[in-house]
Amino acid sequence: MATNFTVNGKAVSVDAPPDTPLLWVVREGLKLTGTKFGCGTGLCGACMVHIDGKRAYSCQTQLSELSGKSVTTIEGLSPNSSHPVQKAWLAENVPQCGYCQSGQIMSAADLLRQKPKPSRAEIVEHMSTNICRCGTYQRIVRAVERAAREA
Amino acid sequence: MNKHIKKSEKLLSRRQVMIGAAGLSFAVALPDGLNAAVLSGERTGTAISPWISIATDGTITIMSAATEMGQGSMTSLPLIIAEELDADWARVRIVPAPPLDNIYGNPGFGGMMYTAGSNAVTSYYRPLRIVGAQVRRVLLDNAARKWGVPVEELTTEPSVVVHAKSGRKLTYGDIAQFAELPAKAPEIKPEQLKKTSDFRLIGKDVMRVELPAKVNGSATYGIDVQVPGMLYGAVLRAPVEGSVPHRIDEARAKAVPGVTSVVRLPHGVGVVAETAWAALKGRQALIGAVTWTRTGTAWGFDSDKGHDAFAADAKNLNRPARDWSSQGNARGAFQNAASTIEAEYRCDYAYHAQMEPLNAVASVAPNGDAVEIWAGTQSQTTATEAPAKFLGISRDKVKLHDLLMGGGFGRRGNRDVDFIMDAVMLSKEVGRPVKAMWTREDDVHNGRFRPMSAHYLRAAIDPSGKLAAWHHRVAADRITPFMDPVRFQAGGGRDGMVMAGTDVRGYDVPHQLVEQLYRDTGVRTNPLRGIGVTANKFATESFMDEVARKRGTDPLAFRLELLKGTPRAVRAVERVAQMAEWGRKRDGRALGLSYIDYSGSQVAGIAEVSLDRASGRIKVHNFWCTIDCGVAVQPDNVIAQTESSIVYGLGMTMSERISIKDGAVEQSNFYDYSLPRMNEVPEMHIELIRTDNHPTGAGQMATPLIAPCISNAIVELTGVRLRHTPFLPDRVKKALA
Repeated sequence: MATNFTVNGKAVSVDAPPDTPLLWVVREGLKLTGTKFGCGTGLCGACMVHIDGKRAYSCQTQLSELSGKSVTTIEGLSPNSSHPVQKAWLAENVPQCGYCQSGQIMSAADLLRQKPKPSRAEIVEHMSTNICRCGTYQRIVRAVERAAREA
Repeated sequence: MNKHIKKSEKLLSRRQVMIGAAGLSFAVALPDGLNAAVLSGERTGTAISPWISIATDGTITIMSAATEMGQGSMTSLPLIIAEELDADWARVRIVPAPPLDNIYGNPGFGGMMYTAGSNAVTSYYRPLRIVGAQVRRVLLDNAARKWGVPVEELTTEPSVVVHAKSGRKLTYGDIAQFAELPAKAPEIKPEQLKKTSDFRLIGKDVMRVELPAKVNGSATYGIDVQVPGMLYGAVLRAPVEGSVPHRIDEARAKAVPGVTSVVRLPHGVGVVAETAWAALKGRQALIGAVTWTRTGTAWGFDSDKGHDAFAADAKNLNRPARDWSSQGNARGAFQNAASTIEAEYRCDYAYHAQMEPLNAVASVAPNGDAVEIWAGTQSQTTATEAPAKFLGISRDKVKLHDLLMGGGFGRRGNRDVDFIMDAVMLSKEVGRPVKAMWTREDDVHNGRFRPMSAHYLRAAIDPSGKLAAWHHRVAADRITPFMDPVRFQAGGGRDGMVMAGTDVRGYDVPHQLVEQLYRDTGVRTNPLRGIGVTANKFATESFMDEVARKRGTDPLAFRLELLKGTPRAVRAVERVAQMAEWGRKRDGRALGLSYIDYSGSQVAGIAEVSLDRASGRIKVHNFWCTIDCGVAVQPDNVIAQTESSIVYGLGMTMSERISIKDGAVEQSNFYDYSLPRMNEVPEMHIELIRTDNHPTGAGQMATPLIAPCISNAIVELTGVRLRHTPFLPDRVKKALA
């Protein structure tokens, strides 16, 4: 039985086992590979997407939970990398290997939507869900502050 | 900037490529059918060198010989070429070089294509400057001929040849239309290269070429590849190296809808399925459904007990060891010592934890005589060699697409490319392309770790009070013979990856002796960011501090006295002390210092820590760091890499620990292998000390500073020495008790 929901504003109908994580639906089924597999257990944040406007671990969200929902992946955050968070990420030269950065950006965008002018402590608390093995944390803080300033 | 990383499927027709770098090769014919259509997609232009082609529209394609894992080499190396070519950087396109060792091999690794050791810029710097200068010279000669003027009257501006006398100009694209290539590359003398002061690109920051693709999801890593007809593979791997599957209850995996086959492999049991999720579920279903042979060395090994044995052997001078390095007559100096000081240190196994779990896509031709591979790898050489060997074909039948890596840290460089072979073996078995992915649990259980080590050190103080002799015995699990037996043999059986950093380079200590107690537990090991330097400098820089304190000397003053013959070291240490305001007392906090000459790069660090005695938790508030790596090709990237290596070192110092029980890894995922998160990272204050020395590494130099800095700070704060990384709260509490 197909599950109907939207991804990046487009209606999709996915026929897959109901326990399939959204991660694999978007990556392998819909070929939106910007959302990454990191741990499969909701511990690293590389798979972060937005569901109905809030951040969610796509590896921990099953297809069966998605009927009628609206999913946004990194590819749908902006049409041309113009989201303030994306611009700030380039201005601060944040990414190194870059693998976790889609998830970082989705988490940061979620924070700024909830709280357009977060304090440094709020940034650190919110972003500590996402692991960056390259250790770009200091630049992430700067980039979130910049995005808040320039948005 | 409008550069893109572009991989083209087009095949390059046979063409004579005329110019190579001095010392690399000349007049190389690129064979047909090779993945060399990397020459800038639809506009290949004229290949003026194996490294550089110029299209008539002015687009310059430059080959990147190093692979990219976030360290920035894919920008830095082409930038070095572009500098001497005097190219307009905005018109440069960068493409991965094909796996041709004789052209693109790393001179720092005997000519294999291998990106590791923070070595890319160091080793390629001179040859790539020559490459750029040679092609510039060819363009100048062509312009001179065209205009009938002496070449000495010509100069260049970015991508333009200028004849100032007549006011004439020709762009590099114009010249590409009529360029005649000499049979032999022009000779470039060192004095013909640009002066540092004339650099337009080196030492200025440009955005790393792949960065724009890393903020919108379009950057392609190995795990993102999909090819027509592809199936998915996952492998339940043997719990211990050398173990093989005995009985397999296939039915459990085959009961998962979408699973198409279960494959017995030498190192595990493969599940192939129509979807990624079915493959992962099939692998999960096999847990408990496979029995394993008790073959392999590590069965029965327990790392806690093993560590005690290592430490006892290191301390017992009667236990045999090999001299690793020596200077003066250390053994004699100890006999004449007025006093001696001794200490022990230990380091646990540690895991790479690159964020992209290992994976590859392979498509073996139906008759097995060729294979196409898509993977992130630190070595294009081994990524093609091992599959060729397995399939019994020549290396040129392996078509490699090397993709961005979601972290490497040494994990994607081992000779047997275990991260690629799953896909090759499964594709061969099922006759279709296969994307093989490791779960995070596979990646941890079957990691290849920074080895466990135990260190015994002693220092001899002569009658005048001077540190006269230094003796360091290292008992550690081997790396090189396991990760790369070829290099181990070529290197005369020396395990440099374990022993690196045992030297106390820069310090004036007349008599030195370092011994290795070679151990092989059977546990899987690999180089890991900082290699042996991390463990060895924890021992030497903590011990240096102990010696200073035992003698009642300030650790900064003590180091500066011993370093006074090494001005670059003095500058790095003095500056970091200034930045941290060494000597200023702080309430409830203390500072700890360390200094390292890491492959020629001078790094010094100071940690400011506090401690919650009840919980044993250490907090690092600030970390100051100086780095002098000679010419910094990309200064901001050197800072970024230093931030990165500090955070990496923090994890290995504070929380990261792999333990082994009965030969198998006890940890599984990020809930029991804990990486630094944003709320655990100190404020980092990094200063690049700019010098004109030949560029040395920047990718991992600060990692080994962290453990000794924190250990030294905790001593300052509490009087208690922490001797075993990681400094887990329970260990700290025990040490304080």
